[in-house]
Amino acid sequence: MPTMESEIEIANSSTVQTGHGTAPAQGMQYTRAFAGLFLRDLHVLQREKIPFLIRIVMNPLLFLFVFTYIMPHMSGGAVLNPTAQMAGANFSTVLLPGLMAVAIMFSGIAAVALPLAQEFGITREIDDRVMCPLPVSAVAIEKIVFSALQSMIAAAIVFPLAYYVPATPVYAHVNNWPFFMVVLALASLTSGALGLVIGTSVKPQQIGLIFGTVVMPITFLGCVYYPWAKLDAMPWLQRGVLINPIVYMSEGLRAAVTPTLPHMNPIVILLMLTFFLVFLTVVGIKGFLRRVIG
Amino acid sequence: MASIVQVEGLRKVYEGKQRVVALDGIALGVREGELYGLLGPNGAGKTTAISICTTRVLPTSGAVRIAGIDVVESPALARRLMGIVPQYNTLDRACTIYENIHFHCLYFGFSRTDAKQRTNQLLEQFHLTERADSYPSQLSGGLAQRVQIARAIAHRPKVLFLDEPSAGLDPQSRIAMWDAVRGLREEGITVVLTTHYMEEADELCDRVAIIDHGKILVEDTPATLKGSVGAQKVYCLDLSDRDSPAALVGQLKLVHGVRGVEPTSGGIRVFADNADGLLPEIVRVSNPYGLRDLTMTETSLETVFIRLTGRDLRE
Repeated sequence: MPTMESEIEIANSSTVQTGHGTAPAQGMQYTRAFAGLFLRDLHVLQREKIPFLIRIVMNPLLFLFVFTYIMPHMSGGAVLNPTAQMAGANFSTVLLPGLMAVAIMFSGIAAVALPLAQEFGITREIDDRVMCPLPVSAVAIEKIVFSALQSMIAAAIVFPLAYYVPATPVYAHVNNWPFFMVVLALASLTSGALGLVIGTSVKPQQIGLIFGTVVMPITFLGCVYYPWAKLDAMPWLQRGVLINPIVYMSEGLRAAVTPTLPHMNPIVILLMLTFFLVFLTVVGIKGFLRRVIG
Repeated sequence: MASIVQVEGLRKVYEGKQRVVALDGIALGVREGELYGLLGPNGAGKTTAISICTTRVLPTSGAVRIAGIDVVESPALARRLMGIVPQYNTLDRACTIYENIHFHCLYFGFSRTDAKQRTNQLLEQFHLTERADSYPSQLSGGLAQRVQIARAIAHRPKVLFLDEPSAGLDPQSRIAMWDAVRGLREEGITVVLTTHYMEEADELCDRVAIIDHGKILVEDTPATLKGSVGAQKVYCLDLSDRDSPAALVGQLKLVHGVRGVEPTSGGIRVFADNADGLLPEIVRVSNPYGLRDLTMTETSLETVFIRLTGRDLRE
């Protein structure tokens, strides 16, 4: 007759085997860990919702206020106002998708790159997340996915602002909702992946430099304030900006939200966004692994 | 009995401008329920060894198995079997103490109800209930350490790794931490810790491996290790005459009760029994050589380390 101790021994060993033997159990373990990480991020975000709102509202609000409210009201505003140069459309309409793209991209930087710089830095908090029972690459993917959620909220905030702030009405109309949703999701995920690449490739103490060297150039040269088609007078620039993922975010949103404006072919946009998403995710995960696993 | 932590031929070489061999083929086995210590000076390779065991560093060669699970092949599975308290504070700064433990439970697949229950239980066990709503930045080093231990065992791991648990702790917190660690053993958790404090290893550990320059020099119970020195006392002589200790070494060896004599940088070290009248005799013999000072200590793990390497742990 087995003793009580040996029975406990047997019970223990059988739970161990069922615990990490089968593939579904393993999938379940990963899913729950992933969900746990997501819940944690959600919890922290909802506690900091006021700073979050300020962060995502200020940039589009100020932009719209200055360029679509103050300038049209200024004396001699017609000369200052870029609206005059936008054949057939007003500047507010041009700005709407552009500001959504900027909001999406800034969120990617603020939600992934900046926190990562801190977590890799003095605090090494990242070790806590990395010790979760799921593959380390999934920790990086969770960061991208959560950042995408913030990007979508940030993009959505631009709509009401663009409706109320500008002096001239914005002509926005989504003809194709599925296309809009796909573009929004791809753009948001891509910006999270971009944040991951930046956060893992820059030394924590140099993260401030990133705004001058990466964020500003890709924003200003990202067809945010002008449609890509209007660059045709400068072919070198029109070709040059094609390596910038922000171009496809703003053009994609332009095609989806303000289809009356000139925009790139939607198929090309989707293909290029997908390409950048995959490329930046792979590079970002590689960087992440390099930083956390010695 | 089978080892719960099995380390075989572990090597870690950091290639670069300066090639560093952090671990040079270590092998060890930790038995279930044991409190096991890796003792060695700073830079000996202790942290590298523990980082490999806890899947945060990849070995150059060799293998580590935790309860039979290979940590390189199945890191995510292995992590479920282990808890880790690193040297530095990795608490989630954006979350309270309660949330730190609660989310840890969720990461490890607890339901919300179970996570809540486990968190409250741990807060009580580690006397942290009053600080549940504090943020990590508001805690002292000792308290943060306690939270880290509570969090590390929240998912009921089989093995807990503690990397230099008393580094930076005041003496009182250190003793509290020791009590907490002993308590874990009663729960059946195997504990592996690294330390460069020999009292800590001596006080806490069932077995100790002494590690230096990436190699394990010796592995046994603290009592056996101390016994292996073959002496109960160590006399360190500080001599002003540093050129002629050879003659003195010869003379001291003849003194009754002396087990071993070796020259050091500033004088001579004498290993001896607890014999009566030994101290005056040593003083008498060494006086002509300019004896300036003499310190006497009981044999400790430090003595073992000195015997093995000829160096102090602190050097």
